[in-house]
Amino acid sequence: MAILINRNTKLITLGLTGKQGSFHSLQCRDYGTQVVGGVTPGKGGLMHEGIPVFNTAFDAVKQTGANAAMVFVPPPFAADSILECIEMEMPLVIAITEGIPVQDMIKVKNALKGSKTRLIGPNCPGVITPGECKIGIMPGHIHMPGRVGVISRSGTLTYEAVFQLTQRNIGQSTCVGIGGDPVNGTNFIDVLEMFHNDKDTDAVIMIGEIGGSAETEAGRWIKKNFKKPVVSFIAGAAAPAGKRMGHAGAIISGEDDSAESKFKVLQECGVTIARSPAELGQKVAEVLKKV
Amino acid sequence: MNVHEYQAKELMRAQGINVLRGGVAVTADEAVKVAEKLGGKIWVVKAQIHAGGRGKGGGVKLAKSLDEVKKIAGEILGMTLVTPQTGPEGKKVLKVLIEEGCDIDKEYYVGIVLDRSLGKFVMMASSEGGVEIEKIAHDSPDKIIKAIIDPAAGYSAAAGRKLGFGIGLKGDQLTKANKFFEGLYNMFMKHDCSIAEINPLVTTKSGDVIALDAKLNFDDNALFRHPDIEAMRDPSEESAQELEAGKYGLSYISLDGNIGCLVNGAGLAMGTLDIIKLFGGNPANFLDVGGGANKETVEKAFSIILQDKNVKAILVNIFGGIMKCDIIAEGVIAAAKSLGVQVPLVVRLEGTNVALGKKMLNESGLKIIAADDLADAAKKVVAAAGGK
Repeated sequence: MAILINRNTKLITLGLTGKQGSFHSLQCRDYGTQVVGGVTPGKGGLMHEGIPVFNTAFDAVKQTGANAAMVFVPPPFAADSILECIEMEMPLVIAITEGIPVQDMIKVKNALKGSKTRLIGPNCPGVITPGECKIGIMPGHIHMPGRVGVISRSGTLTYEAVFQLTQRNIGQSTCVGIGGDPVNGTNFIDVLEMFHNDKDTDAVIMIGEIGGSAETEAGRWIKKNFKKPVVSFIAGAAAPAGKRMGHAGAIISGEDDSAESKFKVLQECGVTIARSPAELGQKVAEVLKKV
Repeated sequence: MNVHEYQAKELMRAQGINVLRGGVAVTADEAVKVAEKLGGKIWVVKAQIHAGGRGKGGGVKLAKSLDEVKKIAGEILGMTLVTPQTGPEGKKVLKVLIEEGCDIDKEYYVGIVLDRSLGKFVMMASSEGGVEIEKIAHDSPDKIIKAIIDPAAGYSAAAGRKLGFGIGLKGDQLTKANKFFEGLYNMFMKHDCSIAEINPLVTTKSGDVIALDAKLNFDDNALFRHPDIEAMRDPSEESAQELEAGKYGLSYISLDGNIGCLVNGAGLAMGTLDIIKLFGGNPANFLDVGGGANKETVEKAFSIILQDKNVKAILVNIFGGIMKCDIIAEGVIAAAKSLGVQVPLVVRLEGTNVALGKKMLNESGLKIIAADDLADAAKKVVAAAGGK
């Protein structure tokens, strides 16, 4: 079953003909994802690597019946593309683009309220349901189908966690990168709720970072609502305060958003803590034995 | 991106927000000229550095004559100002702001920050002016009044009343404060600010509402549409290596250890620092080469890491997703040869094209310590750097 995407998902790529959009759309198709179309304004009617190109997302959906969109549009125009998807009620939008201004994302977040769209990202690696569908930039081959869900603010740390699982022969149900920006479409709790309702997920890895309070909010929610085991790592214990650590959202601005205080709250909420990112696979193996 | 107080106030003045009259100077004589032009009998001389707490370090002083302006400006200019926010090494003062005096009645705080959970900007005000907002939030959170601004509707006078009445203003002051808040919010939005802090905001005995200090930060992601703000950047306030790295799409932050790090992805780069510390080592830097790196940027990354003379060993930790391992290997080999890397080099590669990358490194003839996984890599680089 998994969450968000499966073998029936039909994908269009916004920004298909750009270098990154093109490369990764083909990688997704090679993985088995149904890439049914792409959008590049002004290039409608062309075929790109066997994929039909449309001028607008509206045209693309009308012609192809797509139910998911992947956004590779450059930062100055990315929010506009997401808004286009929201307006036409695209059920799932996965925004890979890094560097969208905060004010643009605030507009997007406002438009998402009460809409029919679920936005994942931006500034994220995407979503993969191993063996069925890959939408994003993650290396497909490190994944294997299974029953552990992964949620993460970081791309490469997700790959690290997935790799450790696969090496231990522990497969993944769905891996969701929620992105490293301060304002995003979907948060830890939203994805935890989906995993809660997913019969094919037995345990969850949650990878957070310094900055903001999303992890502690998720911890409190887990304590109240989530019965499956959760293993968590928070990146940035060694980060100095006040410095933006690569991701726009990864900055310590008070004591509550440090790694230390997040670890503490998560532990109090019954989450299994991995102090080292190299321990994630092992910790999951341990909690699965108890399930 | 940060700007100086005097630049923040210029932006506010242009928006019609009430700030004190003043001017910036780089020499003591210039400071006197600014004071003369302002007129009056009392002036404030303020060190312009990108850090708060300047008063505590002796960077803000009152002058009661033009001679005093000259003397104080002379003392502050060129001094290394140490404040709670600069770290023990302090910051050298290259500019001072000279402002007219002001008959302060009471000090307040007003600021705008992002509420990440809501995805909205929040205006905050407090009657406890001049104190750090974090301290107020910790000691007396009920003294912070918040108004969430609806992104579609924008500023509302009702929000201004909530803040103004909340901090104890009334009558004409409240009307003036409301105008101040509205101006601040509109300026914040117009320039894509990420933080605004007016601390203190003051009411004067003559009934004005004025910003005494001003701190503005800007959203780096939005600078592409604000060349005027970008032009305000003061390179002397930023680390030369960090600026240089930025030009090549690298995200670099200098730290105080001896293990150089070259990693792809911000999360993995942070995780790499964390695990080095767990194994008893101390990282010299954070460096994310990003997803779009090529041979040249990897070479550049090496040259930036090696500018730090404390570096005793380098860890290359790559989990290739967008980034292909063979490209990294190519860059590592090129850098090791062209820069003559003398320190031990530990390399951990995983992900796309990993076999090819490893083969290239093996055949390069370079002395590279290969690591099997993340923990192994951390262990080996800590040992190579000579332990702690």
